[in-house]
Amino acid sequence: MTNNWIVKIGLASCGIAAGGQKVFDAFEELIEEKNLDVELRRTGCVGMCYNEVLVEVFSPAGEYTCYGRVTPEDAGEIVESHIMGGRPADRLVIPAEDIDSFMSGQRRIVLRNCGVIDPESIDDYIAADGYRAIETVLSGTAPEAVISEITDSGLRGRGGAGFPTGVKWGFARDAQGSPKYVICNADEGDPGAFMDRSVLESDPHSVIEGLLIAGYAIGAEAGYIYVRAEYPLAIKRLEIALVQATARGFIGENILGRGFSFDIVIRQGAGAFVCGEETALMLSVEGKRGMPRIRPPFPAQEGLWGKPTNINNVETLANIAWIINNGASLYSAYGTEKSRGTKVLALAGKIARGGLIEVPMGTSLREIVFDIGGGISSGLGFKAVQLGGPSGGVIPAAMADTTVDYESISQTGAIVGSGGLIVMDESACMVDVARFFLHFTQDESCGKCTFCRIGTLRMLEILEKIAGGTGSPEDIALLEGLAAGVRKGSLCGLGQTAPNPVLTTLRYFREEYEVHINAKKCPAKKCQALITFEIVPDKCAGCGLCAKNCPAGAITGEKKKPHIIDPEACIRCGLCRSLCRFDAVVVN
Amino acid sequence: MESSTAESTGLTRIDEIIHRHNVQLGAIIPALQEIQEVYGYIPPAAIFRIAESTGVSASEIYGIVTFYAQFRLKPLGKNVIKICQGTACHLNGSERISDTLSSITGIAEGETSQDGQFTIERVACLGCCSLSPCVTVNDEIHGRLTPEAAVSAVRKLMK
Repeated sequence: MTNNWIVKIGLASCGIAAGGQKVFDAFEELIEEKNLDVELRRTGCVGMCYNEVLVEVFSPAGEYTCYGRVTPEDAGEIVESHIMGGRPADRLVIPAEDIDSFMSGQRRIVLRNCGVIDPESIDDYIAADGYRAIETVLSGTAPEAVISEITDSGLRGRGGAGFPTGVKWGFARDAQGSPKYVICNADEGDPGAFMDRSVLESDPHSVIEGLLIAGYAIGAEAGYIYVRAEYPLAIKRLEIALVQATARGFIGENILGRGFSFDIVIRQGAGAFVCGEETALMLSVEGKRGMPRIRPPFPAQEGLWGKPTNINNVETLANIAWIINNGASLYSAYGTEKSRGTKVLALAGKIARGGLIEVPMGTSLREIVFDIGGGISSGLGFKAVQLGGPSGGVIPAAMADTTVDYESISQTGAIVGSGGLIVMDESACMVDVARFFLHFTQDESCGKCTFCRIGTLRMLEILEKIAGGTGSPEDIALLEGLAAGVRKGSLCGLGQTAPNPVLTTLRYFREEYEVHINAKKCPAKKCQALITFEIVPDKCAGCGLCAKNCPAGAITGEKKKPHIIDPEACIRCGLCRSLCRFDAVVVN
Repeated sequence: MESSTAESTGLTRIDEIIHRHNVQLGAIIPALQEIQEVYGYIPPAAIFRIAESTGVSASEIYGIVTFYAQFRLKPLGKNVIKICQGTACHLNGSERISDTLSSITGIAEGETSQDGQFTIERVACLGCCSLSPCVTVNDEIHGRLTPEAAVSAVRKLMK
C-alpha cells in the first residue's frame, strides 16, 4: 500500500485521440511545478471511451475518484482542488452510478488488466498474476493436458469463425512435420471493431503469454504476431513488451530453465482486409500477395512455409492465461451451453456510452444497448444493431431480446464475428448501410474468385442505383440471386459472407428498399441523390454564416434577408444545416 | 512528412534496407515498408533493386506493392489527410466530411493536389469508433469531428 496520491490517465489510441497525452503532460508539469508527492501513471483503455479523456485519482486513504472528458485546462483544477485541497472537482467527476451501470453487467476476463495496469510495464503485468500461467504449464503440465484444459473451458475462436480452440490446438499438435508455428492474428480489419487494438495497447503481455502457452501446447518453436500497420501504438507496445519479456527469460532459449524455447516476431500487415483470413495471412507473412487458398490442407497440416501452423485471434489468446490460472470450469461457468465464457464487444454508433465491454455470452442485445450502453445518444428511436462487420448483418430493434452467442446470432442472419456492434437510430438508412458494406467488401476483394470479384461489384452497382433513385422493382430479386451466387461461388469466408449485410437488410427492412425504388424517397433522409436542402425563409435571419462556409458556393442572399440554396450547385454535405443557429435549413 | 526522394539520396538507403532484411526469409513486405518510411513512397528503382537481390521477378514485386493498400508509387503531398471509413464514422457523417474536404482542397480521395500541398486518403477503420467521425491530419487524430471543424483544421494549413 502506497501512501501517496496516484493519478492514472488512460492512454490507448482513443484516449490519445481525445487529447490524453496533452492531459498527461499537463499533470506532469503541474506535479513538478508544485513539487507534489503524486505518482502519475499511464494506463490503457478501461472501455469508457465515451468519457475520454479519463483521469482516475486514488487518495492516500484509498478513496477513488474518476474524472471524465478532462481537458489539459482541467488538470489545474483537479490538482489544486482535489490533490492539494482535498475536495474533488465535482464538476468533472463521473457519477458512481454511471460507472456502475456501465460496469455491473460486465465480466472482465480478456479485459482484466485493460485500463488497470501500465501496458508498458512488465512488473505491473506480473503483479497482476502475469506469466504465472506459463510458469505453471512449464512446471510439469503435459502439452496434452494444456490442450484438454482449453477444450474443457469451451473457448471458441473469437476472430469470427467460432471454432473450438482446444480442438484446433489438438490438430496442430497431432500434425506431422517440424518446425511448427503459431500465429497471433491481430489483423483486425472489420470496420467498427477495435477490441484487438485495445487489448494490444492496454495489455500486450497477456497476448504474448497466450501465444507462449499455445506454442508449448502444439510443440512450436516460433510465433508470429501479424498486426495491422494502421495500429502504430499497438505495434509499439507489443515491441516494448517483447523486449521486456525476453529480458526476463519468458521468451527465447530454455524458457524459465524448463527446456522450452520459443521466439516471437512481429509482422505488420500492409493494409489488406482479406489477410485476416488465415490462409491469406500466412502467404502475407511469407511476403506474398495475401490471397486465400482452398482448404484442405488446413493450416494445422500445411501452414506457414508448408509447416503445421496454428492461428488464433488476439482475444482468444488473451483468454488463455486466465483459463490456466483459474481453471476451465470457472471459465465455462459463464455463457450458454454451446457458447462458453465471455465476449468482448466494441460498442459504437449512436449509443450514449460507446466503448469496449466484455459480457458473458448469452447477454441480450437489449441489456447491452440500454443497460450497459445507456441507450441511444441522439434522442431518436432505436432502429437496429449491426453485428459482425462486413460479414455480419443487421438485427432490428424488434429483436433486441436476441442473446449474443454464436447460435442465436447466426439464426438472425448476422454473425458474432469479431464483436463490432454498431448501434443505429432512425437516421440510419438500411440501403445506405448495405451499400456501405458492399463498397467495403468489393474494394477489399482479393480478386481470386469471380463471384466475389465481379458479383459484389454488380451488387454494389444495383445498390447505388437504388440509393441514386434509379432502381427498378426487379432489382431486389436480382440482388438476392447474386447474393446466393457470391455465397456459393467464393472460396473464403470473406466472400461467402459478403452478401450478409444485403440479405439481412432485405430480410428486415425490405419496405425501405421498396420506398427507394418506387417512391424515389429515402425515408431516413440519408441518400444524397434523394434529398434536397432548403432554407425556410421565415426562419432565416440572413446572417450569412451558411453562405460564407458553403464549400460549393451554392448559397446566395443579401445580408439580413432570407438566403437561397441553388439545388444544382448544392453537394448536400449538410454543413449549412449544422451551422445554422436558427434551424432554418431543412432536408426534404 | 519529411521524406527524401530517391533522386536526392540515391539508392544507398534502399540497398542498405534490402541487405539488412535479406537475412530473413519472406522479408519483402517489411523491406518495402521500411523503404516507404524512408522515401514516403516506393520508388520504381526499389522494385528493381529488390528483384535483383532476391531473384523474385520485378512484376511479382509490383504485384505485391499494388495488392496492399499501404504502398504508394507516388510521393505524398505535404499535408496528409486520412479519412476514416469505418462503420461508425460512416453513420456519423464521414461522407459529408469527405465531400467538404474535397471541395475546399479541390482533390478527391486518393489524390494529391497539383501544388503538392495536400493528399487525401480514404483509410479503413482507425479503430477510434467511439470518437467517430474521425480524421487524421498529418497523423494527428481529430475525433468527434463536424464538417466545420474539419474545414477549420484544414484551412489552418492553407495559410
